[in-house]
Amino acid sequence: MSLMNFTRTALKNFFSRPVTRNYPFVEREYPERYRGRVAIDIDDCIMCSLCMKRCPADAITVERDKKTWSIQRMSCVQCALCVNSCPKKCLSMERHYAEPSSEKTVYTVTQPVKESEKTERQEAGGIPEADTSVCVFCTLCAKNCPAGAILVDRTEKKWELNKDACVGCGLCASKCPKKCIEMKQDQK
Amino acid sequence: MAKRSVIPFGPQHPVLPEPIHLDLVLEDEKVVEAIPSVGFVHRGLEKLIEKKDFNEYQYVIERTCGICSFMHGMSYCEALERIFDAEVPARGKYLRTIWAEMSRLHSHLLWLGLLADAFGFESLFMQSWRMREKILDMFEASTGGRVIFSVNKVGGVLRDMDKDMLRSFVDAFDGMEKDIKALTSTFLNDFTVGSRLRDVGILTQKDVISLGAVGPMMRASGIAIDTRKLGYEAYGDLDFEIITSEDCDCYARCEVRIKEIFQSFDIIRQAVQKIPDGEISVQVKGTPNGEAFNRVEQPRGEAIYYVRGNGSMYLERVRVRTPTFTNLQALIKTLQGCQYADVPILILTIDPCISCTER
Repeated sequence: MSLMNFTRTALKNFFSRPVTRNYPFVEREYPERYRGRVAIDIDDCIMCSLCMKRCPADAITVERDKKTWSIQRMSCVQCALCVNSCPKKCLSMERHYAEPSSEKTVYTVTQPVKESEKTERQEAGGIPEADTSVCVFCTLCAKNCPAGAILVDRTEKKWELNKDACVGCGLCASKCPKKCIEMKQDQK
Repeated sequence: MAKRSVIPFGPQHPVLPEPIHLDLVLEDEKVVEAIPSVGFVHRGLEKLIEKKDFNEYQYVIERTCGICSFMHGMSYCEALERIFDAEVPARGKYLRTIWAEMSRLHSHLLWLGLLADAFGFESLFMQSWRMREKILDMFEASTGGRVIFSVNKVGGVLRDMDKDMLRSFVDAFDGMEKDIKALTSTFLNDFTVGSRLRDVGILTQKDVISLGAVGPMMRASGIAIDTRKLGYEAYGDLDFEIITSEDCDCYARCEVRIKEIFQSFDIIRQAVQKIPDGEISVQVKGTPNGEAFNRVEQPRGEAIYYVRGNGSMYLERVRVRTPTFTNLQALIKTLQGCQYADVPILILTIDPCISCTER
């Protein structure tokens, strides 16, 4: 047992520079992997709504008919599950947190519709149907399906769709090398 | 016989990091009985399993605790991996071990600070948390979060740490170890600190066994049980001894936790040396059908997970037995017969995590 054990640390601190930062004059640099607020590149979004389905906090809403993607910043828990599950990689975590607010506002982004881009996006929505007479059972559609809704059996020559799991993103149709998948609008 | 009086302690009290209420029955300054009541931070996390599928629930379960959040996520995933019969790749296991030990480091440093605060040593409290801050920065750099890490998934981990990052952590630990040694000499050798900790809150081996205390609380009474010795994750490949003390008092608990800090540095160094290259996770297919128990050694002691699935995306039941829950019985035992001024230290000595206990 000894006395004055802490004196050396106390003296050292007395003559050394402060450990804390003079915020807000000195801003902190966040590390590369920092999970800040969720951002979206709306031009690449295909409105598949997988982010909405996966969000554990139910913070994201995707309205396909209105072409809007919205997030409740106050509800978001910044787990990055939406970012990891986005098939088009259009979601990202910014390296700064959401601005503090006194109100629970909803941040909404609306996708602009351009005439030239109508084709693929407007096909998206509805459910895919494969023409098995043309299909080569290459399994590319199943591999690319973000919801794992397509089952392709090469030996049995079977192409099956789990309609409940399908998010109607249209990725299978766009990836199909034989273009044998068609998005049927009227079935969903 | 002195007149008995009842003093309410908590749920809002300067010494308590989390709300717990104790009715202390006093005879003069001596506590003769303590009646606890909990239920101030119940959030219904176990009930949420009905609304979140088993993948989403990982992000819920890691919010059980703000200190050992990584270990809660890890134990839940481990239990599910047992149901799926999935083998996590070796690199994933090592990464989990490194993060788990970093959690232990920051938890014990946090506890040291809170203990210092409980006996009124403000600057020692700040120094402990200053050390902890460096560990939190490392967490932020490697996982993206300071408190909630979200890096676990059923089948492995979501993020990798490259060689440079691991090396920079180990280099930083060398400097930190020196600073922590200087800091902990105050805890272990200072006369004033010793006078507040020695012979306070004696918990005999017999009491530990009958009350089922776990973790440092148990090991400080000379019982060498550490769940890490079961060899889950990468612990089976790493060399470490169980740290115990025979003194059975608050000083012994402090000593065990301080030694565990240095042990964690050592375990991380070993893990960084031995970590293999390769995949960090495996794809888990299907839905969980079956049940599994899992035990892990959290900073506060052994936590037990029970998970039952019925073949759907939604688990039927998730049950967590947290270390603080069992240590609360030991706390009541140590409070009986203590001085009123020692109550804050005795509450801190179990390293209470009430949010874990109530979920």
